[in-house]
Amino acid sequence: MSSVAIESRTLGAIAAKFRTCPATGLKVDLAAQALIKANAVAAVVFLAIGGIFGLMVALTRWPAVHLLSSDMFYLVLTAHGLDVLLLWIIFFEMAVLYFASAVILSSRIAAPRWAWVGFILMVIGGLMTNVAVLQGESTVMFTSYPPLKAQPHFYLGLILFAVGALIGCCVFFGTLVIAKEERTYEGSIPLVTFGALTAAIIAVFTIASGAIILIPTFLWSVGYISNIDTLTYKLVWWAMGHSSQQINVSAHVSIWYLIAAVTVGAKPLSEKVSRTAFLMYILFLQLASAHHLLVEPGLSSEWKIVNTSYMMYLAVMGSMIHGMTVPGSIEAAQRKSGFTRGAFEWLRKAPWGNPAFAGMFLSLVMFGFIGGISGVVLGTEQLNIMMHNTLYVPGHFHGTVVTGTTLAFMAVTYLVVPLIFQREIIWPKLARIQPYLFGIGAAGISMFMMGAGTLGVARRHWDLAMTDAALPYGYPPIASLMLGLNGLSAIMAATGGALYVVIVVASILFGKKVDETNIGTALGPMPQRVVRDAVTKYGNAGSWHLPGTYVLVTVFFGAFVLYYFVNWKYLSELWPMQ
Amino acid sequence: MAIHSPESRIWWNEPVARGELVWVAIAFVWGLIMFFMMIYWHIYGKQNLSAVVGRVDPEVYVGKVEAFTEKYKVREEGETGIPVAKPEAGGDAYMVARTFEWWPVLELEKGKSYKLHLSSADLQHGFSLQPTNINIQVHPGLEHVVTVTPNESGTFGVVCNEYCGLGHHVMGGRIYVVEPGQGG
Repeated sequence: MSSVAIESRTLGAIAAKFRTCPATGLKVDLAAQALIKANAVAAVVFLAIGGIFGLMVALTRWPAVHLLSSDMFYLVLTAHGLDVLLLWIIFFEMAVLYFASAVILSSRIAAPRWAWVGFILMVIGGLMTNVAVLQGESTVMFTSYPPLKAQPHFYLGLILFAVGALIGCCVFFGTLVIAKEERTYEGSIPLVTFGALTAAIIAVFTIASGAIILIPTFLWSVGYISNIDTLTYKLVWWAMGHSSQQINVSAHVSIWYLIAAVTVGAKPLSEKVSRTAFLMYILFLQLASAHHLLVEPGLSSEWKIVNTSYMMYLAVMGSMIHGMTVPGSIEAAQRKSGFTRGAFEWLRKAPWGNPAFAGMFLSLVMFGFIGGISGVVLGTEQLNIMMHNTLYVPGHFHGTVVTGTTLAFMAVTYLVVPLIFQREIIWPKLARIQPYLFGIGAAGISMFMMGAGTLGVARRHWDLAMTDAALPYGYPPIASLMLGLNGLSAIMAATGGALYVVIVVASILFGKKVDETNIGTALGPMPQRVVRDAVTKYGNAGSWHLPGTYVLVTVFFGAFVLYYFVNWKYLSELWPMQ
Repeated sequence: MAIHSPESRIWWNEPVARGELVWVAIAFVWGLIMFFMMIYWHIYGKQNLSAVVGRVDPEVYVGKVEAFTEKYKVREEGETGIPVAKPEAGGDAYMVARTFEWWPVLELEKGKSYKLHLSSADLQHGFSLQPTNINIQVHPGLEHVVTVTPNESGTFGVVCNEYCGLGHHVMGGRIYVVEPGQGG
């Protein structure tokens, strides 16, 4: 610790140690700070491992390279999904939950010992499942659809990990209760904390669904249960699998608001609208797990339509609202700072050299245009016939989870390192290009996989040429081109990802210590180079004229409608079937 | 800011700017349009998956496919010896997925309808008909009946697109579509 004053607060039998953050004036519980650090470091470690696996997958699917043998390809693909989709993201989300509760509310964290127990369970569980996969007897893909069977410790590791995450959620809820009891804040919780709360509530639903399906599957793998119904498994598994993506959405939207607040001083246009949009995620998103079952036998069309439309579209509406209010709040803040010329001076003069801002804005745009639109099209009952289990599916979710969630998490790291680790970002020039390198690479991965999927190329498939098949099918040559471009994009994204890991680790180890004197510059270039506070009253933000944002959402909506109906046109050309 | 509590304690009564309200309304109406589009397509569109599904024991299903193949076999496929079955127009056609093949090969006539039965003998598999790009999930124990009407002639590949083990990438099948009255 540098010259930071440590304040002790004793409440009843509980003593907590705090320091005061020089940038924000928030009181930071040192126990919470240690937990945030541990979870963030674990997240980055699994990102590095899973990212390397991902690059190997892409280089194998590139027909001209075809890196791995088929056995290794399926093994590595299973590990890739596990390490990045589950471990990197959930560990990071635990850090986000502790940050959004204890730090933002200046509260002590509830039951830090329990939080450590949760962390250790997550580490043990994550390692156990990784070991199971790497031993080679659990190559069942991340989804592990029965009757494919993995080793028991594959499922057991996942269960332990989930229990750990559940403990983390309880610590978050407990911290909210403590903050309210001890009056560490006035009025309602801030929007970022509200968003994190929606993430935590969805997480509880997610973990409960996971327990309902993974515990019987574990018992089946050790022989206590004779049969797992394949359709029931998928139904319940996706109540976990898809809901966990809603945790990500809630978490990364909260981070968009957080970064917009810290870098350009943005405040929500309307608390009411933004909070309602978050609430829609809780009410509707997890029911959308039905859209993984659109070409499944045994479920009625009525069931499919209700569960993927009313439910999903109200949640999509939530995302569309955030898609407008986040850039809108940035535009309002920038206009207030004097960037008022034309429709887009606010955007041109935004702090693009600040990796936190650049990563956030790229995440916002690409999540909407690439991940969001494709997700709605994919989740339409009949359109799904053209896309189910093709490469379109991973193309879509790399648009949401990589260009959306992962990029947002990377962006916020550039604030977490100075604020929580209290270190300057080492090599700021490299950090400046990192979000672009990773973001554009990841966008390429998404789009080229979607392109290949549109040509019918199967996902999770080692050999495009089907060389050893008795009845091979030859995809059109442009499919090879798509997979080649996907490989090149993966190299670019992996370079950006490696840069992120190296910058973060080096900054934590060797970065200059941060205190009052250098905190302003440590957070990266800003429009006014200081963290400003909001001065206007609520309601005023809404009175700002936001032409730039209106243009952006109009372009988005036009692209959405066009792409949606183009796909119906394609569908009408397929063999008639009923 | 979003990291501070709302300045006004009664934030839920704050007025909302018009631009924001318009966008919320657009998002809501668009959701309704997308909802009615799916129903519209069920009534007027030609590409909908049937909900005709029965539970079936995988062994019983394999028996049905074998009986079907025996009855309608017209030839064997090249060097592989896989039978090619040509069902009657308007009648039932069967295919079974099993590690690692789609069996048998079918020969259908363009413009005729067939009740195509799909199921698996072991694991979950995928029925990915290329290049027309129709993708259907296949479960063991569930018999899915889809009425298909091929609208173009040619050779169509069936690729398994649900991971089914280490031989997944060699699992393929074939459907020939011939002009009415030809083939056989």
